[in-house]
Formats: sequence, structure tokens, C-alpha cells
Amino acid sequence: MSAANPVLEKIASVFTDLRQPGKGTSVLVGVLLVTTLAMSAANLLLPVDSPLYVSTYTITLMGKYLCFAMLAMAVDIIWGYCGILSLGHGAFFALGGYGMGMCLMRQIGDRGVYGNPELPDFMVFLNWQELPWYWFGMDQFWFAVLMALAVPGLLAFVFGWLAFRSRVTGVYLSIMTQALTYALMLAFFRNEMGFGGNNGLTDFKDILGFDLQADATRVALLLITTLLLVLVFLSSRAIVQSRLGRVIVAVRDAEARARFLGYRTERYKVWLFVYSALIAAVAGMLYVPQVGIINPGEFSPLNSIEVVVWVAVGGRGTLYGAIVGALLVNYAKTRFTAIMPDGWLFALGALFVIVTVYLPRGLAGLLQRFSSDTPAQSARQDAAVDSDTDGRVSGREVNA
Amino acid sequence: MKRFLLGCSLLLAMLAGVSVQAQPDTVPPAVETTLQKLTTASLRETGSLVEQLEHAGGPAMRPLFATMLAGDLHYHKTTGQLMAVSKNASGERLGRDVFTGADLGVQERRAIKKIRVNNRLRGQLRDAIGRIDLIHGSEAAKRAAVLATLDDLSTDNMRLLQSASQAGVSSAVADLIELAQAMVRLRDSSVSEERVAAIEAMSGRLEAPVRNQLRRLVESESEQDTAVKAAAHKALDKISGRIEFYGQMEQLFFGLSLGSVLLLAAIGLAITFGVMGVINMAHGEMIMLGAYTTYVIQQLMPESIGYSLVVAVPAAFVVSGSVGVLIERGVIRHLQGRPLETLLATFGISLILQQAVRSIFSPLNMQVVTPEWMSGSLAINPVFSVTYNRLYILLFALAVFVTLVTILKRSSLGLNVRAVSQNRDMAKAMGVRTEMVDAMTFGLGSGIAGVAGVALSQLTNVGPNLGQSYIIDSFMVVVFGGVGNLLGTLVGGFSLGVANKFLEPATGAVLANIIVLVCLILFIQKRPKGLFPQRGRAAE
Repeated sequence: MSAANPVLEKIASVFTDLRQPGKGTSVLVGVLLVTTLAMSAANLLLPVDSPLYVSTYTITLMGKYLCFAMLAMAVDIIWGYCGILSLGHGAFFALGGYGMGMCLMRQIGDRGVYGNPELPDFMVFLNWQELPWYWFGMDQFWFAVLMALAVPGLLAFVFGWLAFRSRVTGVYLSIMTQALTYALMLAFFRNEMGFGGNNGLTDFKDILGFDLQADATRVALLLITTLLLVLVFLSSRAIVQSRLGRVIVAVRDAEARARFLGYRTERYKVWLFVYSALIAAVAGMLYVPQVGIINPGEFSPLNSIEVVVWVAVGGRGTLYGAIVGALLVNYAKTRFTAIMPDGWLFALGALFVIVTVYLPRGLAGLLQRFSSDTPAQSARQDAAVDSDTDGRVSGREVNA
Repeated sequence: MKRFLLGCSLLLAMLAGVSVQAQPDTVPPAVETTLQKLTTASLRETGSLVEQLEHAGGPAMRPLFATMLAGDLHYHKTTGQLMAVSKNASGERLGRDVFTGADLGVQERRAIKKIRVNNRLRGQLRDAIGRIDLIHGSEAAKRAAVLATLDDLSTDNMRLLQSASQAGVSSAVADLIELAQAMVRLRDSSVSEERVAAIEAMSGRLEAPVRNQLRRLVESESEQDTAVKAAAHKALDKISGRIEFYGQMEQLFFGLSLGSVLLLAAIGLAITFGVMGVINMAHGEMIMLGAYTTYVIQQLMPESIGYSLVVAVPAAFVVSGSVGVLIERGVIRHLQGRPLETLLATFGISLILQQAVRSIFSPLNMQVVTPEWMSGSLAINPVFSVTYNRLYILLFALAVFVTLVTILKRSSLGLNVRAVSQNRDMAKAMGVRTEMVDAMTFGLGSGIAGVAGVALSQLTNVGPNLGQSYIIDSFMVVVFGGVGNLLGTLVGGFSLGVANKFLEPATGAVLANIIVLVCLILFIQKRPKGLFPQRGRAAE
């Protein structure tokens, strides 16, 4: 224990830095940028037989993880900071993904199996004669991106407006979000919807004219993902540290009190919900070209709940925690499913139980405990968590 | 030693032979010679033999005719013995005595020969069976026989009906015979008034031949009598109105059946979520455990499948209930008052349980057998019948509901549960062991879910994902009905089921499901506390 302590403290001090405005941000952003840049350079510049060569597979995997990290941040913003546990954020992610997928599908043009310049393969297969109206314009990249943002954003707005206005909170809201994504999953599984049914959209060829299989495109996508992740991180951080962020945390900790003080809490919640849905949609848009497929399975409630576990493991109420949690859990998933495929669900289930029962503040909370300035403060922090009857993280300050 | 064994086996063989011969001979001796002629007769001769047999043997010949009709009648080439032969699953030919059904053992393919039947003979056999049923059969057989004659109103058949009704029949059969006579009058009579009266007697009858005759009459060009045509039109309208009505009834029954499934799935949740306020996402897996318990019980007692469900109900209650108690003691207790964390932790447990079942059994669906008494259907009239399994499950769901309400309202456990859910601290101060009550309540809710699993195993596939597909629906039912209100769960379950089934013909199953979900989401916006909100101090 005594030997391990200094090492732990050192690691912990990095995380302490992360929590301080300015410095922490630059550490995280720096680490992210340096890692991805180094990986990209190693992939493009080094020969294949070099020991330092990073395979394209790894590049894509990293890109996928970073998309998940962005999705985790979206959940963290509303759950960690506003206390809204959404079990349906996968729906916004998948809708964004479908928007991008439609665009990529149209860009295949006549290179599909059936060689129809207008209709995607699955429509030809279903004997459809013309493009459904909602597919029009999706061949324009800018329009597709716009729709991929507008549709999830609008859905989040309508849903949030209805839910928060009638003060549906807590568990009810969670189950309703789950029902939402479940209903969407059922809908997208139908062939008649015109989104490829069970198989979804796949067989993409290129994006904006760049071959999707080429190493350079993959690296570029990874770099774009990293940049957007950093951008989202910075803007989210700005939001939670602003006056708006303070109100949001107040809503989380004592909504009734905030309302009595004159804040229209439902408005804050709706806009935060929409913002979070937009982030999820962006993550989905970046995800699809990298993995090359989008299908209704992305809507499954299990996917959405998994995101919540990433956040819980990393530590909710801290933006870096969401990123770290998503990366760690997904890395573990990749390794685990390779070694013993049957074991992963056991491990994931156990993770749910252990984190919620023993680590209510996630890894971030664990490390904060080591790095606390004085033992007394740490004890008080624990007490705050334990006595907190509503299960919300009762941080006295806004972490970012 | 060897000789001794040989002697023993010979003795056994003799004994077996004696026992076969010692069987009571139900066939009258007069028939015996005719029967033996069957084995050598040509197809044409067989026809007259069947006639003779019917005369001499009477109702005792019914199994023989039925076996012949099915094409199973064979005879042994050397002994000339008649037998019903059918193949079993492994392709062996099993012989049975035609009249007693006694097992005659596996037959060599070459040693036996089939007694051939052709279509004319089949018709003759069918008629013979119908005559035997009509005079000597049970009530149901008589009805079936009369219904069969409606398709073929020959003079012979009408004479038969006449003699049957003179021999004395129940009012239901007499009613059918009158219908047949009315149909004949409509066909044969030339007096307009008589025909109109016949149509009036036929109007509103749901039997398919009535409908066909009337439709033919209405469409026929040669029919000149306008009064008859008008009456037939009216009668047809009445019939189609009634058919539509029973179609709606059938839809309603399907809806109620789906509702009973939803009720069963949700009722355990109404206890854990509604009364205790604990979100149990592993609730679906409790249902799944119940279904798997049924499977295991059936594997343990393959001889008595009929009783397996009766055993499975308490067994599933114990299995799911004890898993529930374990979950409560191990996890949920530590998360009291933190609903969102409870939700996540129990979701983790549900993943573990699913994967456990997948590892122990298999990821594939398991075959759960439906016992004899639950298969088949109850025909209420020719166009409306209900299957027994759905009917029993509907009744079972109601029984479970009543039991649960009684437990909560009448037993001391129920009193404690209500006390703890209303005011935990006060209950504690009054000496209620709240921790114990929590564990018992959760066990009860989970156990009920297990019992639901037994019922669901009769309707759906039993697989690791069984529970997952019900969890969202169950939550919706509980929330729709009003949390903490068992009656609300009942109403909620049935109304969701009926709504779903009435939407289905217009929209298709999946879309109906989606529409109901969306409507529910909107409903909860409007009335967040459900159909029957809790009133009073406990409400908030």
C-alpha cells in the first residue's frame, strides 16, 4: 500500500489538475490531440513492418471509441449535470447515423449491385419504383448533415418539451426515453419505412469523393472526430461553467427550489436536452462512415443503457470522466469479446452493479478521494454522497 | 446357464402369446368371417363388405371404419390378423389392435399388407361413420354428424336425420335437424310462402352451408321468385351482421388474451415498483426464469406432461422468488432511495441472468410442451371459437390477480407491506421489521413474475430474451394504470391489450405496437400519475 501510494497520488494529481479550470482542459485536449496525431503519423508515414506501425484497423477502432466518448459526453451533460437519466440517447445517435448513412447511400450512385443510379440496392430489391420523398436532397452532403442534426434535434425538442413541461421526472422519464428508442427500433426494423429494414444501410463506397477504404480517409476521419470531440468538450465545458451551468446544477440538486426562485427550469432542461441530443447526433454521423454500417440494432435499449454505464464508470458530473469511461469500457469490451465472448455480458452486468453500489462517483470520484487536499474534506465528500437521498451527486462545485 | 435363459425367454414368449389370446373379444362372431373376407376382397367387393359390416356390427365397427378411412388398416400376411399400423418418429411400423387399441408391437414391412381404399369407398366410409355417430354417438359426435349432412342433403341423409330425431335427440341437435329440413324445403319446394318461411328459419344461422345456399340463391339467374330473393337478401344481411359481430368478439378475445399476458407480466412489477417503489429492470428475467423452470420440470417428468404445469407454478414461484430475495438482500438494499442507481444495478443483474441462462442452457429457444388439456379450442359457434390455452391463461391471470389482492389486503404480510410503503419510519417504530418486509415483498413480486413465466411459456418461445421483450410493456402498463394501484394495473393491462388488437387489422402488428407506445408516452405527459392516481398523503 505504502509503495503504491506515491504512484497513485501522482496519477491522482493529474486528475486534480484536470479539475482545475484551464489547466485540466489543456492536459486532456493535449493528450487527445497528441495521441491521435501520433497514431495517424505512425499509420501513414511508417512502413508496415515497422514495430511502431499502427494498423488501419486500430485507427478505425480509435475513431469508433472517440465517437462513443462523444456520445458518453452527451449523456453526461444531462445526467451528470442536470439529473435527467436518458436511457434513449442511442436513438439520437442512430438518427444522426442514419442521416449520414442516407447520404453515403446516395453517393454510391450506380455502383451498387443492381446498378440503379437513383435507387439504393435495397429499394431495387423491394421492387420500389421511385425514391421516397424523405430521401430527396440527401445526396447533397450539406443537406444530409443539416437533416441529420435537425431531425434528432427536433425530436429531442418535442419530447423534452412535452416531458419537462408536464414535469415528468426521474424514473418515469428514464422509462419513457427507453420506450422512445424501443418504438423507433421497431419502426426502423420495418422494410416499409424505407431505411433498409433489418439490414440497415451499408456497402458505402466513398464520402465526398474520398474512398472510404483508403488509409488517408480513415486517418482524416479520426482526426476530424478528435477535433470535434475537443470542440464539443470545450463548448460543453463553457456551458457548465457559465451562469447557465450553475442554474442547471441547481435544477439537478433542488428543482423545486430553483423554480421557486423564479427560474423556468423546464426551459433550461429542454435546451440542455436538445444540445445533448445534437452532440449524440454528431457522434452518430461520425460513427457511420468509420464502421461502414448503420442498422436498427443501434436503437436497441441495451445500447443506450451501455452508454450510461460508460459515464457511470468514468464518473458522472465530470466531462473528462465520461470520455475516460467510454474509452476504458469500450477497450475492455474489445479485449474481452476477443478472449471470451460469453464473458462480456457477465462483466458488463457486474460493472453495472459494482459501480452503482460501491462507486457512485465512478473512477473520477475514486481518484478525487486520493487527491483530496485534506482527509477531512474527503470524508465530508463521502458523507455527502452517502447521505444524499436522491442519488444525485452533490458536488459543491461544478466539475468539468 | 445359457439353456436356462433360453427356457426363461421361451416361457415369457408363451406367456405373452397367451395374454394376447386371452384378450376379451369385442367383435361379434357373425362379423368375424366378414372381416376375414376383407383381406382378400377386391376394391368393389370391399364396398359391399363394408355395408354388411355396418349392418351386422353396428357402432362397434366405428374404429374399423375410421382406421380404414385414414388408410392405416393392414393385415398380417401369414396370420391374416387385421391391425391399425402407423409409423412412429423413428420410422418403425407399430401395430395396434383395431378394436381394442392394444399394442401389437413393431411390424416387419414385408409381413403386413395394406387394405386399399379408393375415393368412392372413402365417401361410403364417411357416411357410415356419420350414421353410426348420429344414432349411437355422443352429443358432440351427433352434432358433428348433422353438421356434415348439411353439406350433402341427399334423400338418404334426410331419411337418416328423420329416424335419428324420432329416436330422440337433445334440443341442440333437433335444432340442427330442423335447419337441415328447412334447407331441403327451400331447395325442393315450389310454394313461395313455404320457401320464404324456410329462409326465415335459416336466417341468422352461422353454419357455412346455409350461407352458401342463400348466396347461390341470391346470385342465381334462374330464380324468378322475387319474394324469395328479397327474403334471402335479408337473411344474408342478418347472417353477415352476426358474423361481423362475432369477428369483433374474436378481436376482443384476442385483445383480452394479450391483456392477460400483459397483466401477468406487469403484476409482479406492480408490487415491486408500484408498492415498494423499487425499479427492477431484472423483472423480465424473473419471468424468463419461471419459463425455464417449466422447461426443467418438463424434462424431469416427461411421462406426466399433463401435471407438469401444476408442479411448475409453485416451483417457478420459489425459484424466481428466491432469486428476487437474493437480489434485494445483495444489491437493492444498499441503494435504498436512489431509484436511478437501482435501475442501473438491476439492469446489470438482468444482463448477468440472461447470460447465465445462455451459458447453462443454450442461446437457442427451448421447446416447452403444451399439455393435452390446454391444446385445442372451444367452439362457441361455427364462426367463433377460442383456444383453450389463451382461455386458461386469461383465467389464470385473473386468479393470480385476485390472490395477490387478497394477500395485500387480508394477510399480515400485506398489512406490513402497506405500512412500510406508506411510512417506513413509523412502521419501524411500531415494531415492523422493515428489512424483512422489504425482502419478502420483493420476493413476492419476483415470484409472481416467475408464475407469469409458466403461463407465457405456453404462448411464446422460451429463450434468453423472453423477459427483455416484456419489460418495457410491463412498465408501461404499471405507469398507465397508476403506480401503487393494483386495480389500475388490471385495467391498464386489458385496455392496452384490447387497443393493440383492435389497431392491428388496420395497421399491422408492429405499427400497432408503435402507435400504442406513442399514445402512452403522450398520455403520461398529460396524466403523469396514470389512470388511477394515488390520493392522500402517500401520494407524494
